[in-house]
Amino acid sequence: MKQFLYFGAFALWVAMIAATPLLADNYTIRIAISIAMFSAMAVSWNFIGGFTGYPSFSTAAFFGLGCYAGALAQRNGIPLVMAWLFATLFVTVFAALLGAIILRLKGHYFAIGSIAIVDLTRLITSSWGSLTGGGDGLNVPLLQGSPQEVSALVLYVMLAILIAAFLTSIYVDRSRLGFGLKCISQNEDAADMVGVNTTSFKIVAYTLSAVFCGAIGAVYASWVGYIDPTDSFSILLTLKVPVMVLLGGAGTLLGPVLGAGVFVMLEEVFWANFLEWNRAILGGIIVFLIFFLPNGLLKIQYRALYGLLMQKLRDAPKQAEKSS
Amino acid sequence: MTEILRLENVSKSFGGNRAVNDVSFSLEEGEIIGLIGPNGAGKTTLVNLITGVHPLSAGKVIFAGEDVSRQQAFQAARRGLARTFQIVQPFPNMTVLENVAAGALFGGGTASVQDALELAHGELKFVGLDAVADTPASSLALPNRKRLELAKSLAMRPKFLLLDEVNAGLNASEIDGALELIRKIAARGVTILIIEHLMKVVLSISQRILVLHHGELIAQGDPRTVIEDPQVVEAYLGSKFAARVKAESHHA
Repeated sequence: MKQFLYFGAFALWVAMIAATPLLADNYTIRIAISIAMFSAMAVSWNFIGGFTGYPSFSTAAFFGLGCYAGALAQRNGIPLVMAWLFATLFVTVFAALLGAIILRLKGHYFAIGSIAIVDLTRLITSSWGSLTGGGDGLNVPLLQGSPQEVSALVLYVMLAILIAAFLTSIYVDRSRLGFGLKCISQNEDAADMVGVNTTSFKIVAYTLSAVFCGAIGAVYASWVGYIDPTDSFSILLTLKVPVMVLLGGAGTLLGPVLGAGVFVMLEEVFWANFLEWNRAILGGIIVFLIFFLPNGLLKIQYRALYGLLMQKLRDAPKQAEKSS
Repeated sequence: MTEILRLENVSKSFGGNRAVNDVSFSLEEGEIIGLIGPNGAGKTTLVNLITGVHPLSAGKVIFAGEDVSRQQAFQAARRGLARTFQIVQPFPNMTVLENVAAGALFGGGTASVQDALELAHGELKFVGLDAVADTPASSLALPNRKRLELAKSLAMRPKFLLLDEVNAGLNASEIDGALELIRKIAARGVTILIIEHLMKVVLSISQRILVLHHGELIAQGDPRTVIEDPQVVEAYLGSKFAARVKAESHHA
């Protein structure tokens, strides 16, 4: 029953986003693409950060490598879709190899190590000028079609990646793998003791958190037509995605999607209305989150809250009578 | 009787500190063995060496005829070498049932999560925790947490179970309950090595006793002989205690 509710809510949300090219202007479609893109990355991060409880900040490295792998493949004559697939594969292999090294670290050390990966990949990209164009960035072959057609295409591809990520997370959640990851997040030593091969489970989770980010990066590069190291390997991106998941509810299925949607829309509102203050407001949200919503929007006891509210409303007239 | 576990000249050093020094012994299938010794004698380290938590500095561990000296902890669990911790290690936010199912799924190697949950139900019944199956593990009080540890280990279908102070922190009647449970586990054909400080418990349950002191095995044998061993009296029991136990056993 609860699972049908999940599927239903997700399907409805995806349908709403998918309908924007038919109903809304280009500005709204842009927001819809943003939501699909960040939702897919948030769902990905949930594998390592939510299920496994390892605070990874590598998202931007995966995204950036996806951008560059896709762009370079296309510039070397590989057709569009093949280039996207190549980028995805490249990032997957990269994450698996890297995971085998970096997942020897735990807790804060892992967090610092994973954020260093972002800077490292950015520095390599900007220094390796002969391949990547260095700080000048790269032009990516433009997608064919009118602006409306292009944004609709990008939106649908991003949504397809989101759906793939979401279905994978449902599968993982129910499987032996997901069970093991939850054990690791609660007590890694105990997980080891009951026979969970913690190292390989963590590597799989870390790799899963990379696959879809790589794909998203490649599609993003084709969409914007120009990439450079600062934009592709952005520290802000690497922080935003975990914040979205925490906002929605880490370790839950719908949380990342909810969090990404709410976050992107809030950001849009602040960006549009408080051009100079939007970063400060973003910081405020993060602080609020840590203090008041440590388990995210999904874990709020809405029913209890509703009951409390109704109680207050019912009591209010009585109180008024008494005092009069 | 067949041999299930053999240690050959096992040593472990942490820096310059030799925590376990040249320990050798052999255990038979189906035995209950007590492992005693003063604090810091190396009992828990020895358990950690047998279950692959720490790598050996020297020597060999042979389990069921196989050299497992270089195994990792999760491999030990899958081979049927299960253990409980002195300080209990539950998965706090999972239900009691899920905790036990984790043991069945990974250590016991059941085919699916569903099978693991079913097997876990059986083990919870066995240790008497079926009434709290769906409550979070963090809500249990200490005696039940110890039972949960046992159920989790049993769900791993162990051949050999190492119990590290399962009775620490329990009161007298709770200990009686725990002992009865340990006997029931032994009756299932599981070999048990029990680390225990309460001599009364060790003497009543063990068929054989190993004594560690400063990382060395100073005595082994049936309980009666071991407590009269002058070296053991000197190192661990104290002469008064030894005399009292001796007197009590004469009356009995």
